[in-house]
Amino acid sequence: MKGVGLIQFKQHPAALWIGVALMAVALLTLPFALAAIGTTWVRIMNLAILFTLLSLGLNIVVGYAGLLDLGYIAFYGVGAYTYALLASPQFDIHLPFWVILPIGAFVACIFGVLLGAPTLKLRGDYLAIVTLGFGEIVRIFFNNLSQPINITNGPQGISLIDPFRIGGFSFNQSETLLGLNFSGPVKYYYLLLAVLLAVVVINVRLQDSRIGRAWQAIREDEVAAGAMGINTTHVKLLAFAMGASFGGIAGGMFSAIQGFISPESFVLVESIMVLSMVVLGGMGNIWGVILGALLLSFVPEILRHTVEPLQRLLFGKLLIEPEVIRMLLFGLALMLMMLFRPAGLWPSKVRKRELAE
Amino acid sequence: MDIFLQQIINGLTLGSVYAMVALGYTMVYGIIQLINFAHGEVVMIGAMVAFTVISWLAANTALPPLAIVLIGAGAAIPVCMLVGYALERFAYRRLRHAPRLAPLITAIGASIVLQQVAMMIWSRNPLAFPQIIPNQVFHVAEATITMVQIAIIVTSILMMAGLTLIVYHTRLGVAMRATSQNPHIAGLMGVDINRVIAATFMLGAALAAVAGVMVGTYYGIAHYTMGSLLGLKAFSAAVLGGIGNLAGAMLGGMLLGIVEALGAGYIGDLTNNVFGSNYQDVFAFLVLIAVLVFRPSGLLGERIGDRA
Repeated sequence: MKGVGLIQFKQHPAALWIGVALMAVALLTLPFALAAIGTTWVRIMNLAILFTLLSLGLNIVVGYAGLLDLGYIAFYGVGAYTYALLASPQFDIHLPFWVILPIGAFVACIFGVLLGAPTLKLRGDYLAIVTLGFGEIVRIFFNNLSQPINITNGPQGISLIDPFRIGGFSFNQSETLLGLNFSGPVKYYYLLLAVLLAVVVINVRLQDSRIGRAWQAIREDEVAAGAMGINTTHVKLLAFAMGASFGGIAGGMFSAIQGFISPESFVLVESIMVLSMVVLGGMGNIWGVILGALLLSFVPEILRHTVEPLQRLLFGKLLIEPEVIRMLLFGLALMLMMLFRPAGLWPSKVRKRELAE
Repeated sequence: MDIFLQQIINGLTLGSVYAMVALGYTMVYGIIQLINFAHGEVVMIGAMVAFTVISWLAANTALPPLAIVLIGAGAAIPVCMLVGYALERFAYRRLRHAPRLAPLITAIGASIVLQQVAMMIWSRNPLAFPQIIPNQVFHVAEATITMVQIAIIVTSILMMAGLTLIVYHTRLGVAMRATSQNPHIAGLMGVDINRVIAATFMLGAALAAVAGVMVGTYYGIAHYTMGSLLGLKAFSAAVLGGIGNLAGAMLGGMLLGIVEALGAGYIGDLTNNVFGSNYQDVFAFLVLIAVLVFRPSGLLGERIGDRA
């Protein structure tokens, strides 16, 4: 992951710091630039960051440990529902978010262990199918747990979920500070950015840690890793649990930002979207995964805003709906990347070597 | 009405469909150890093509219903075989020696693409099959069986017999079995591996096409997303029977159909209506997880160290 660029920067620390400063300024001013185009774009950016969080979580499972998890969105759903149930009129519980987010992460982690413990001895492709089934089961429960006791409110979902709030400071209200208008989405952007930074730092530190190296060893050869003294089951379970917790946190934030959730948001296609992001960017490389997530979040939206008017202009009607184009992009990204560039757009060096064999 | 017998009949009907689709998974797995994740979409394409042909014929000709359905299936089979071939040729062949996860990910991509293409052609709304087969009902003891159910069960038995004949009594079958044992050596013995593998995909796709027609006529609707859940259940059936094993896929399909039907029929009573038949889809996954955890080689599969 230490790219050539970074090594050059190391010889010129001043250049590195200037780069970091520029990056920080760009990230901090981005929401105002986006808001100038339209508040929608700030929201799209926020969703893109949420998906980046999810992709980074899935990257631990798929990219580092090499376990294909097709039900990853279930953990996102568990986190989202945990938040929604503990901060909405559903049960009339309104806990503050800094209490619920860790609870959500923990509950998702428990689900990760529940799924992982019985299935981790399975070989890769079987594991993928079982995780897919698990994801579907969780969704079916979200959909049906409105009887006999109304927990999830069934297909209607849960609405009026509390936004993040610290004392009198609420994240969904507009405020003017130093002459700048901080709208709800802009505030969430900064919060999401902070969480994303924390998650990236955790991921970078994890990658070269003892656990991170153990994951990569297992990915490359499980038997050999076991022979080297790695407790493969524990370490794989840890990957599942960690990936699930990240999913749970992202889910909680999704709940708060949207204010409404329903089982519709946690279908198989969403798992596949996250997987596409990881695969497109480069499994096992943090920067690649971030790139993949941002690309697959923004390109469909940009297409939505260009292709639709363009089609109306050229043909007088809508021939291909933007939603179809979006899905085709995901499908083709998965297919073409695996066929022609299996290590991703921005591959991790280890992974590239491995897939080239 | 006898719920037990009735659910067994419903289960056998459903199971026949699962078995036909499961055969497609198991044949491909047996020969190149690949889970053809897009197989469910082939079933969907079959149902869609049959829908188009059957509705056109029903509206514009006075052919007898049986002939219409047969022509519908006759049209679906070659289209599905083409799709099956295209999948093998363009999505999987390049990845035959890649790490296992690579073709699986490609397959997921292919299945999304197939779904979207089908949606563009046939719209995103459920399509209603014309009711052309007379809804004749026969009474068996306390239960009933419809004409369509009988047709589905009989057709699937015939198709399975046909497949067994091909696999065990033709040159192609010999080549397939040789390839599944050791592709390299089979190649040295003069078997054209690529052709045999393509033929396997096409055989599976033909069965899938017929299964698609069955599901369409049984439930009366076709939808561009119908393939994924069906495919997943059929895969569970194949694993239950022992993946790679033809008889296993048939047995697994029937068993899964019966488990699902009985589960849906009794879950309400057993749990005091806490859980209803809307949990029907959970059973297939529970069966899948249970089999993989306790007996990964399935009911009829051989124990092979690396299998699961």
